[in-house]
Amino acid sequence: MTTTDGPRTVNRRKFIGYLLGGATVVAAADLGMFGRGATADAGELPTLPQPAEIADLSDLLTLAAAPTSQLITVTINDDGTASFELPRAEVGQGITTAAAMLIAEELDLPLDKVHVTLAPARPELLYNQITGGSNTIHAMYTPIRVAAAVAKGALLQAAATVLGDSANKLTSHLGHIVAPDGRRVDYGRLSALAAKEQPEAVEVQLKDEGSHGVVGTPVNRIDALDAVTGTKRFATDLDVTDALPTMVCRAPTLNGTPNAVHNADEVRDMPGVTHVATVPTGVAVRASTFGQCIDAVRALDVSWNDGPVAGMSDEDALAGVRAAEGPVPALPAGETVSGDFTFWFRSNSAMDTNSAVADVREGRAEIWASLKNPNVAQGRIAEALGIPLNNVTVHVVQGGGSFGRRLFDEPAIEAARISHAMGVPVKLMWHRADDARVGRTHPLATSRIRACYSGDTVLGFQQAHTSIETDFRHGLGDIITAKAADLPAGLGNLPFAQVIFHLTTILPYDFGAVGQSLVETDTRFNTSSMRNIYSPDVRTANELIVDQLAQRMGTDPLEFRLSHLRNGRLRTALETAAEKAEWGKELPEGMAQGIGVHVEYKGVTACIMEIDCRPETVNRKVRNAVTGPRVTKATMVIDCGRAINPRGVEAQMQGCVNDGIAMTLTSSLHLRDGHFQEASWDNYFYTRQWNTPPELDVVVLESTEPPGGVGEAGVAASAAAAACAYARATGTMPTEFPINHQTLSFDPKPYTPPVPQSPTDGLDHTY
Amino acid sequence: MPEQTFIVNGERVTVEVEDNVRVLWVLRDLLGVTGPKYGCGINVCKACTSHINGKAFNPCAVQVGDLSADDEVTTIEGLPAQASEGARGQHGLHPMQEAWLERDVVQCGYCQPGQIMAAVALVRKVRDEGRTITDADLDGIRNICRCGTYTRIREAIRDGETRM
Repeated sequence: MTTTDGPRTVNRRKFIGYLLGGATVVAAADLGMFGRGATADAGELPTLPQPAEIADLSDLLTLAAAPTSQLITVTINDDGTASFELPRAEVGQGITTAAAMLIAEELDLPLDKVHVTLAPARPELLYNQITGGSNTIHAMYTPIRVAAAVAKGALLQAAATVLGDSANKLTSHLGHIVAPDGRRVDYGRLSALAAKEQPEAVEVQLKDEGSHGVVGTPVNRIDALDAVTGTKRFATDLDVTDALPTMVCRAPTLNGTPNAVHNADEVRDMPGVTHVATVPTGVAVRASTFGQCIDAVRALDVSWNDGPVAGMSDEDALAGVRAAEGPVPALPAGETVSGDFTFWFRSNSAMDTNSAVADVREGRAEIWASLKNPNVAQGRIAEALGIPLNNVTVHVVQGGGSFGRRLFDEPAIEAARISHAMGVPVKLMWHRADDARVGRTHPLATSRIRACYSGDTVLGFQQAHTSIETDFRHGLGDIITAKAADLPAGLGNLPFAQVIFHLTTILPYDFGAVGQSLVETDTRFNTSSMRNIYSPDVRTANELIVDQLAQRMGTDPLEFRLSHLRNGRLRTALETAAEKAEWGKELPEGMAQGIGVHVEYKGVTACIMEIDCRPETVNRKVRNAVTGPRVTKATMVIDCGRAINPRGVEAQMQGCVNDGIAMTLTSSLHLRDGHFQEASWDNYFYTRQWNTPPELDVVVLESTEPPGGVGEAGVAASAAAAACAYARATGTMPTEFPINHQTLSFDPKPYTPPVPQSPTDGLDHTY
Repeated sequence: MPEQTFIVNGERVTVEVEDNVRVLWVLRDLLGVTGPKYGCGINVCKACTSHINGKAFNPCAVQVGDLSADDEVTTIEGLPAQASEGARGQHGLHPMQEAWLERDVVQCGYCQPGQIMAAVALVRKVRDEGRTITDADLDGIRNICRCGTYTRIREAIRDGETRM
């Protein structure tokens, strides 16, 4: 089916693709059709569609990627396997598995014969190589299938010659083309026969989604075996010749810079140490082992220039945000409910700390790192080293988590600078203390809400969100928009932030005159998205006020929401969650349920949490840990459109629940005297086994809507549900998050030296 | 330079390195055994959890000079060999690894070698105490997972316990 008769109009399932020239079948997609619409359900006092309901961030990213989608290729190899270089970063969200499933489906090939790797930086892809906004599957669902379908068509054509039948009489079966009389030929043999010398445009019809047998079926991750056997390779596991362990001694204040090194020769003579070099971000050491790097970092005697927030605390940062707050818009007359919420700095540090391998020699650079924006990294490395872009090769390595962190490329640039300064390859790894203290943060923000009502009608709902600047200088995946976002004094970034805010923010209720606004201020911090951008904070504030409105009107929180929701998919999700969670069941005093819902990433989520705030639970003791209120049960329902891999969606929702709980109850950074005090996992309290809900149910709803994103989709509803449950259990609406921020639950580690020494008593703690 | 001799995954190795270098770096940087991961270097995240003489330990907190020639270090790479051939599953792995695959526990996968090694040690420990895994045992696991795979970890440990 490589060509069809009739006019070249493209109907709903027909697409144009290309067979590229080469020794084997290489097939690509071409796309240009994106229809979008939005409808508002009738409601009590309808709220006009918000911008994100008409076109959201996912649409923006997908549209930006569309013009270069024909550069996405699926290759059939002569061993009968298919290969695909995914131009996105796998950091745990499961996109390599989902991409392999799409190819296996369309090609009719067993899943284990589809090899998905990560594409290196490809500047020609422009906006089509950013991994963010949980957009991968939304953007690539069609291009990947078209490319696979083009390849399949070429295999059928080649098989027609081999089998002496016309292509339309042939069928495929798990890697073979089969003739009506049962003769068969495998894809591997056809691969070379089907190859084209010149590119050729063809029209294909995609497999009917109703007949999908792989897509929509729960499967295990394609990289699970590597992960459980310890053979999955992250950046610091790579064996690049002569790339010895390298670390950086950093300033005691955030973003401080080195002034003078007083004992470089002495440190260079330490056991295992090979090089010491000063770079803009600190003093780098290279040694035979990372342990010797830690010793060397601790031994360095360096004078530092203070960073831009020297002396500041997070209370000062909050005062700056308060000063930037604008007025909350006026509302129609009526009874008023208001709230003023603070969200403190939080860390998106992943288990796999910032790291990169770099080999910069003789005017060329080769970099290996987990990067969600490899084209921007390539451009910035070329600029930092003063060498042509073509001399910079950027390999994208699988990341041990990202949560927004790997949208940025500072470890790759730092490694390149160090390798350049030392003249040898380096394997740079940030110490956990670096990652926690100097890494990126979810910015401190306030959210003020005023809602008014008359009788049981909500007349208006206004929200003014004010935040430390959220850094979007990663652009849309290419160096040009990254440059545009990097205009001086935040002039480029602030408009970017406005666009992102309005493309991700939806209040899903009919609340009359709804307005949500953003003001950002203060560009001195290292910030980024954090498994969501604005939504967890915005929605937590919203849902707490929704509960207040319900209470004023004497209505049950569930009933109140169901009667005001203006999104049918969300209504179904919430009803399902309520039934599964047994909403309204009897609970002892000090325990309560809470609801959070959210619309984003082309899907909806509804979460109900049950929290235990009784003293015996709150005060339970775990060594070096924060315990506090325990979410004892969480129910998460998602309609993410067509779920490519429901098992993967379930996994992402489980993770989102733990993120939401952390944001509401336990996790924040404390800025004191110009530095974040947290230096490790015994200081920063991400959800642990003693915090995670013993009962956690996820329901992935069947849906015929186009596939949306899932990696971040459940965090906002989870954070809100935890907050609402806490408020109902304690009878007090919390106004700052996490709720324990005012209690510092650890003794801060020293700032000089900047990293702690490893203990030596491990043999006393075996079990 | 001092010579350090110990057993890694059933094989006696000798490396030249100072006594105070922590075992994690000897494994990863000198021997190329990269299953145990770095997550903190101060024995709190537990990503490097491995076994010494059959018990869970964290090599980031042990100096290589403190090991003797007969100390047996087992990392995730050597775990399958710890199960008798008949006890290994369809992938030829230790029952706990098989349980991990069955439940599709991993997301990014970075902490998972340490999680599995901790799980095996926990099952052995409670078995030595003549009991089975409880919710309190699972609540007490200190290995951190930033992807938040805790629910499936709990399910896989209970499953792995029945397989072991």
